[in-house]
Amino acid sequence: MAHSQEHKSHTKLIWKVFGILSVITLVEVILGIIKPDSLHLSNFLGTSWLNIIFLVLTLVKAYYITWFFMHMADEKKNLRRAVVWTSIFLITYLATLLLIEGSYIGEVLGPLTKWNY
Amino acid sequence: MEATIATNSNGTNWGGGNKKPLGASYGKMMMWFFILSDALTFSGFLGAYGLMRFKFIDSWPIADEVFTHFPFLHGVHAPMYYVALMTFILIFSSVTMVLAVDAGHQMKKAKVTFYMLLTIIGGAIFLGSQAWEWKNFINGSYGAVQLNDGKIIQFVDASGHQVTLESFAATSQSERTQHTKSKGLWFVEETGLSEITLNEVIEGFKAHPEITIRTEQINPELKQKIIIPRENAMAYLDKSKAVVIGANLEVNEYGRTLFADFFFFITGFHGFHVLSGVIINIIIFFNVIIGTYERRGHYEMVEKVGLYWHFVDLVWVFVFTFFYLI
Repeated sequence: MAHSQEHKSHTKLIWKVFGILSVITLVEVILGIIKPDSLHLSNFLGTSWLNIIFLVLTLVKAYYITWFFMHMADEKKNLRRAVVWTSIFLITYLATLLLIEGSYIGEVLGPLTKWNY
Repeated sequence: MEATIATNSNGTNWGGGNKKPLGASYGKMMMWFFILSDALTFSGFLGAYGLMRFKFIDSWPIADEVFTHFPFLHGVHAPMYYVALMTFILIFSSVTMVLAVDAGHQMKKAKVTFYMLLTIIGGAIFLGSQAWEWKNFINGSYGAVQLNDGKIIQFVDASGHQVTLESFAATSQSERTQHTKSKGLWFVEETGLSEITLNEVIEGFKAHPEITIRTEQINPELKQKIIIPRENAMAYLDKSKAVVIGANLEVNEYGRTLFADFFFFITGFHGFHVLSGVIINIIIFFNVIIGTYERRGHYEMVEKVGLYWHFVDLVWVFVFTFFYLI
């Protein structure tokens, strides 16, 4: 353990990260309440621009929590990669396959569902 | 000269001795790998949610219409506000946790104690908030009618806003009162009677010409539920099976039962993580007070439980996005 640098307080950085996380959450909430038609009803990559914005903001929040609250930034590079790369690769893989499969089932099933009586 | 034998081989080689290829202690490294596996577990759940949501993309409940309650604001349509508050509570308890870790690095016992206490309080408030959120979801807000094939029909007024069943259902004469001890029926127990019968709903619907129905189906252009013109509505109500108020694992007045199942399971699983996090925090908190880590010479245990606590916050960030925003 690098004792030399650990006696220094990181309080300032912590509050800064808290500020960033709060602003991002506020932006998400405001967008979620207003749902501007131009973003909400648009289409991009199979979903709306609004959802893309939410996803990106979520990933930014995840980055700040992992790097500065969980101190991933201070870990050795090989531990960081063992955890971060593994999870990103496996989760992307799983999510991609499940969402492709889900929309395929939806396309097949949708027309068969009866909505008129 | 002694023989060249590794000096740290005093029976601890299974733990790697003092070699730390990843630069972290055994406990901390294993906490990271536990978190990795737990993250994959949550991804599995959220992925399953995504699969089912894409499968029923044309009829999934709209979160803004489901989570609309806020404490002390009765009948006010307040989507997102409450869950935003919950998110802030959890982020803030993450901040106090990381402040506790920071104080631990400087060996300031009093500060660690104080920030750990704040973290525990934050976690407890979050758990309470989640219980309240569940309560609202279970009790429902407007009530709906279920058709024979399981689909949900909701009632809307002329402006397209949902109306409660109570606001239009007819009052029938044959009202049965709840069996209670005070009425002499000490030997029976029954849950609250469903106040509205299917017949009352249909009679009330006929008597209120301004009301019509909507199905679960979503108009893909407007991303809103499709409203059925009143003249066609009776064809739907003729096939109705039951009055649905609130949500549980079997019926859900907001639409797809799967939505309720996933909501209960994923937020419940996350809530259970928060609960265990609070309990572990309490244990560590008392260890800090009695000076365990002061004597040990470092506060790494606070760091490790902090990792878990931040992970719980991290998961909430994703649950928040996928259940409430998207």
